[in-house]
Amino acid sequence: MLPGLLQQARTHGVLCRLPRLTAAIRGFASAQSEMTVRDALNSALDEELARDDKVYILGEEVGEYQGAYKITRGLLQKYGADRVKDTPITEAGFTGIAVGSAFAGLKPVCEFMTWNFAMQAIDQIINSAAKTLYMSAGQINCPIVFRGPNGAAAGVAAQHSQCFAAWYSSVPGLKVLAPYDSEDARGLLKAAIRDPDPVVFLENEIMYGQAFPVNAQVLDKDFTLPIGKAKVMREGKHVTLVSFSKMVGYCLKAADHLSKEGVHCEVINLRTIKPLDKDTLLASIKKTHKMVTVEEGWPQCGVGAEIAALMQELAFDELDAPVLRVTGAEVPMPYAANLEAAALPQVDDIIKVVKSIL
Amino acid sequence: MHFYKLMYKLRRMEIAADMMYKAKFIRGFCHLYDGQEAVLTGIEAAITLEDSIITSYRDHCQHITRGGSVKELMAELMGKSEGATRGLGGSMHIYNRKTNFYGGNGIVGAQIPLGAGIALAHKYRGEPNVCITMYGDGAANQGQKYEALNMAGLWNLPVIFVCENNHYGMGTAEWRAAKSPNFYTRGDYIPGIKVDGMDVLAVKHAVAFAKAYALANGPIIMEMDTYRYHGHSMSDPGSTYRTRDEINAMRTERDPIERVKKLLLANGVEAGELKRADKDVKKEVDDAVEAAKAGTIPPDSWLWRNMYVAPLGAEMRGVLPGQYRVPDFDPEYKT
Repeated sequence: MLPGLLQQARTHGVLCRLPRLTAAIRGFASAQSEMTVRDALNSALDEELARDDKVYILGEEVGEYQGAYKITRGLLQKYGADRVKDTPITEAGFTGIAVGSAFAGLKPVCEFMTWNFAMQAIDQIINSAAKTLYMSAGQINCPIVFRGPNGAAAGVAAQHSQCFAAWYSSVPGLKVLAPYDSEDARGLLKAAIRDPDPVVFLENEIMYGQAFPVNAQVLDKDFTLPIGKAKVMREGKHVTLVSFSKMVGYCLKAADHLSKEGVHCEVINLRTIKPLDKDTLLASIKKTHKMVTVEEGWPQCGVGAEIAALMQELAFDELDAPVLRVTGAEVPMPYAANLEAAALPQVDDIIKVVKSIL
Repeated sequence: MHFYKLMYKLRRMEIAADMMYKAKFIRGFCHLYDGQEAVLTGIEAAITLEDSIITSYRDHCQHITRGGSVKELMAELMGKSEGATRGLGGSMHIYNRKTNFYGGNGIVGAQIPLGAGIALAHKYRGEPNVCITMYGDGAANQGQKYEALNMAGLWNLPVIFVCENNHYGMGTAEWRAAKSPNFYTRGDYIPGIKVDGMDVLAVKHAVAFAKAYALANGPIIMEMDTYRYHGHSMSDPGSTYRTRDEINAMRTERDPIERVKKLLLANGVEAGELKRADKDVKKEVDDAVEAAKAGTIPPDSWLWRNMYVAPLGAEMRGVLPGQYRVPDFDPEYKT
């Protein structure tokens, strides 16, 4: 249904695409270049602004400042102030304005400098954006993307480090995406902007500067990834590791380490938190019979809690061990570097938990 | 004459809603507009259906002025499938996208930035249209109103902020809730005008002025001095925080429909013609109530409809474990 829908190859890091007769044949289809997540997001925004003139960006410092995290660098210069709007520091107001403009047919990309600040606007996200299609009996949709960095950064302490994946993913009417690498960032953001429903797009500040290989398909201006489909980053038969965003990288590192000891982990990158790709999770549990979820957010009612509930409801007989969760510690994020590290999952924690259920 | 008929229809419709609520045909919340008819009637007389309107939960009358029927409104209040929003919205959530009516919003004040956003869309597309953003004296103290005013002013959005000052924010009188109850001045650098909201002709002329202003210059505030006869909602008798004398005085001295009636009679309209109009309206409302009562309840399948325009196979869980449904998108409710 979405243009550029990809067939995902089950090998880590490499994508194949079913050749389309109408697509230009690229002689360098397997050539790899590197792209940071930041540039992936920037290029996605650039292309979608060019493609559809109903798309516009608003948020704090998105324009003249070039973006608090430089995600919107260059876009004001290229598209002008009507399409890249700097707002005052008034989340409730500008989020409401963005949602209202979406009701009236525009396609805003509403940036929150961090998702912590979106709490000031959460009524507009949930009561206005998420619920209106249903309340209006299908008359008024809200093709908006809310995006910004989510979760812990480094040393920004309690009020700037919360992960909101669990909260937003519980709301019917929202779609919740969480990219990990540059391919995710490009494909999911472009899909989100083209989607006619409200999308919560949870980025990660630490990932912005990380570079990943991207091939010509990923760089294509119509490259999108399917919403609602997880990606198997690495195949394995002993245990399934499930996570999203930055923790996918940690799971891959843990899997590398464990493979040297003969334990082969299947690493699943959720990509979409709502709707959760139950089918991919169930297919994996049928293979490995063991699952560990990893997230930075708090444990109570978290994403891992939902996955654990689902697996034991839908695949009880497949489980050889309880589904275990590695989560952020149930504390407000401390400042001191050692305490902050102790409050968040580390690669060694993942390894330890995997070993405990083997 | 058109104003008279419309306002009388709105009045009778709200009174019928009162009776149906007391008879338990209507559940939940029910916020009535009787007393304030001149505000909406005057506004609609000065704008077109290409202009947008957004309001709070006191939204029954906007359904009528934006092209809906009393029958649809009554059916919605009773939770029937023939309702304005198919029984899914209820009293507080009436919408009509085709005639640019954006609800029907339950959270006090949330509609204010939404309205500024709708105006932004009009301006973005170069349309010669405004968004009438209605809210009450209670909502006028909300922070998001000032955030919306600020951005509307910065970006010259064609939004008309209409404060329907009925002097009570739920049960709290304006002088107890607002340090400055001059609502039309509270936009600071954004101009405001105060209008007698019980005089439909005054409202019409003021809104015509405001629309021209907004299209040329940007936002403007209008404070409509009006009154609601009912309490805040049907669970509020409306008498614990104001006197019956005050309510009766309004009815005798400033009722908007009586005012128009007097004007019509003084200008040569026959009393008989008015009586006939009254009778037609009563019949329309009574028929609508009976039709609504006889309406059908929405089928269970509608529970799972229209959560997403593009459901993408999303499986939403029901009450029971293992019970999943992919919601469909069908705004026509064909099945």
